[in-house]
Amino acid sequence: MTTTHAKTAAAPDAVDFLGLDALLSDEERLIRDTVRSFVRDRVLPNVGEWFEAGTLPRELGRELGRLGLLGMHLHGYDCPGASAVAYGIACMELEAGDAGVRSFASVQGSLAMFAIYRWGSEEQKRTWLPRMARGEAIGCFGLTEPDFGSNPAGMRTFARRDGGDWILNGTKLWITNGSIADLAIVWANTDDGIRGFVVEKGTRGFSTSDIHKKISLRASITSELVLQDVRVPADAQLPLAKGLSGPLACLSEARFGIIWGAMGAARACYEAALDYAKTRVQFDRPIGGFQLTQEKLANMLLELGKGSLLALHLGRMKDDGRLHPAQVSFGKLNNVREALKICREARTILGANGVTLEYPVIRHMNNLESVLTYEGTSEVHTLVIGQQITGISAFT
Amino acid sequence: MKIVVTVKLVPDPNAEKRIDPATKRLVRTGVETVLNPYDEYALEAALQLKERIGGDTTVTVFAMAPESLKETLRKALAMGADDAVLLSDAGLEGSDVWGTSYAMAHALKKVGFDLLIVGGLSDDGSTGATPGALAEYLQTPLVTNARKADVADGKLQIERETDTGYQIVKAPLPTVMTTALTFGEPRYASLKGIMGAKKKTIAAMALADLGLDQSVGAAGAKTELLSFAPPPVRGKGNVVEAADGATGAKAIFDFLKEKKLV
Ligand SMILES: Cc1cc2nc3c(=O)[nH]c(=O)nc-3n(C[C@H](O)[C@H](O)[C@@H](O)COP(=O)(O)OP(=O)(O)OC[C@H]3O[C@@H](n4cnc5c(N)ncnc54)[C@H](O)[C@@H]3O)c2cc1C
Ligand SMILES: Cc1cc2nc3c(=O)[nH]c(=O)nc-3n(C[C@H](O)[C@H](O)[C@H](O)COP(=O)(O)OP(=O)(O)OC[C@H]3O[C@@H](n4cnc5c(N)ncnc54)[C@H](O)[C@@H]3O)c2cc1C
Repeated sequence: MTTTHAKTAAAPDAVDFLGLDALLSDEERLIRDTVRSFVRDRVLPNVGEWFEAGTLPRELGRELGRLGLLGMHLHGYDCPGASAVAYGIACMELEAGDAGVRSFASVQGSLAMFAIYRWGSEEQKRTWLPRMARGEAIGCFGLTEPDFGSNPAGMRTFARRDGGDWILNGTKLWITNGSIADLAIVWANTDDGIRGFVVEKGTRGFSTSDIHKKISLRASITSELVLQDVRVPADAQLPLAKGLSGPLACLSEARFGIIWGAMGAARACYEAALDYAKTRVQFDRPIGGFQLTQEKLANMLLELGKGSLLALHLGRMKDDGRLHPAQVSFGKLNNVREALKICREARTILGANGVTLEYPVIRHMNNLESVLTYEGTSEVHTLVIGQQITGISAFT
Repeated sequence: MKIVVTVKLVPDPNAEKRIDPATKRLVRTGVETVLNPYDEYALEAALQLKERIGGDTTVTVFAMAPESLKETLRKALAMGADDAVLLSDAGLEGSDVWGTSYAMAHALKKVGFDLLIVGGLSDDGSTGATPGALAEYLQTPLVTNARKADVADGKLQIERETDTGYQIVKAPLPTVMTTALTFGEPRYASLKGIMGAKKKTIAAMALADLGLDQSVGAAGAKTELLSFAPPPVRGKGNVVEAADGATGAKAIFDFLKEKKLV
């Protein structure tokens, strides 16, 4: 019998406690480091102000485009064709900066670009995808309506045929990037069921107005789209999208990124809390020395580690072509919920400082309230999983 | 035109550094290795020149480092360098500035270049002596601290930064140039660059390829590090407590005046 020498176990890192770094390839690590340094240089110094002012600079889109992060997992049409894991890593790092920045990239790449990539004609792909990949053209994705959120099948926006053209009427609400978009992917009912359309900015009858007074995802534009007798030519319709599966396929892509992004926000809050706990002194000792604080930190670390591991596992499955939409629901439900808990716990560790924009924590915490709701609410994902395991739909 | 950029692989400047008392060398285990920050500026200069000159201009990065750090060079390739050369050999361990420059110069002669761009300073050793020594061994001119550079008619023309202003200097190729940090912020690697980098080559070189007639490494070192100490801990700064802004400003002004700073 041969004996093997036990390897010495290295002391775990305070953030990457499980050593997940070792599960990434050199290329994946380089992508992570690159996006992380971009976020450190360009996002973190400014995002507090963007959040307070309720804006996201248009220029950031071009910068993300130069890095190749817009539509990064699409192939051809000047898109890099990166893996799902690489895309997830980028989402994680962007959201460690701010969910608004990650949302920008998600909506552009996974909703608007993906809709054209998956359902569009060759002509539509060639017209839009290269410009969108460079961040020169911005897209938005109009599915939700004032009266139809979780139940998009009931949408009232309607497109009717008029000779070769289509005439669109309706209202879309809560549309990320709406007013800054050069093109909107609009989902509308037709006599043949739900169809998707590319509506360009400036088309007569198409207008937008921004939603103000949000106290979540403030570094992101959210708008209302109004379509009043908007006439678009036949070739504005996405020819391959038929029925609700059109928008749902796009949402599944974006949700996958959220599984990673949420853990980015959680990591940022955990790091802020850990740092604070080690330096903030009360009763003559760092607050990190109190058992109650250590319990909080340890619990945060557990969920951060598990959620990150889950994201990576689902990513590898996606790259392998084995990821089922219900498994995406599993990831989104778990990781956003746990990220929100981590951020709230981090908030308590920072005391009064935790409620200011001088620290990232309350910003992330508030952002995650939107992330919990969009791309399918946590309740909806619970029902997706419930239906999958029982075979009984509880939606209606 | 062939541009070569030297890139030292150094411990992450943001990480805490430790020197092993026994070997008097930097402890590298557990610390991430990165491209020496000054060398990222040198690479940025090379890539800008390549974009400007076009044609068949290529950018090669060169490093002398342990073989285990090979993948760190991938970042330079991702930023846009065409290929890389890594000089590694157990016999190079413990080289001082002289040994490093002597070995590097012989290797660089083999690699060949029209323009050699060297960072001004390494983040770990920080002697700043390598560029001068390289130019000496390579028998080329040395132009330093360039904030702008251009090549025309087989000559390099640079704008040098000095304390008193700028100087325009011309030198024939081949030549060695160092860059100032004002040359331009190093670009981020793009995703396409990162994905393309794995297909680029990192050629290996060893001492046997160089045919040196003097020994390098610890055995050939002409200098010896006798002792080292961490920098003294900075004392607490002066805190000016004042009833209002005006008295506070006055106190600060008086302090600066006393130090002859105003
Ligand atoms: C803490 C410490 C202290 C040291 N002190 C001394 C000393 O006092 N005397 C002495 O002779 N040696 C010393 N050395 C060794 C010396 O630093 C290295 O051998 C050496 O590679 C070159 O010097 P440098 O790092 O100072 O580079 P610098 O001369 O500061 O670097 C200038 C540029 O040269 C290029 N360059 C330098 N080294 C390499 C490389 N290996 N590969 C590619 N490009 C490179 C880079 O472009 C860099 O920007 C020391 C090393 C350390 C880590
Ligand atoms: C910042 C932000 C950005 C957004 N960006 C976009 C965008 O770019 N494009 C887009 O199309 N949409 C976008 N949305 C809209 C988002 O997708 C919807 O808000 C979401 O789908 C929920 O819809 P709703 O707000 O109408 O809530 P409702 O559907 O009215 O839900 C209200 C509550 O009822 C629960 N509920 C609903 N149905 C059931 C059920 N069957 N069983 C149990 N509980 C149920 C929900 O889970 C929720 O808790 C965005 C939203 C926000 C906040």
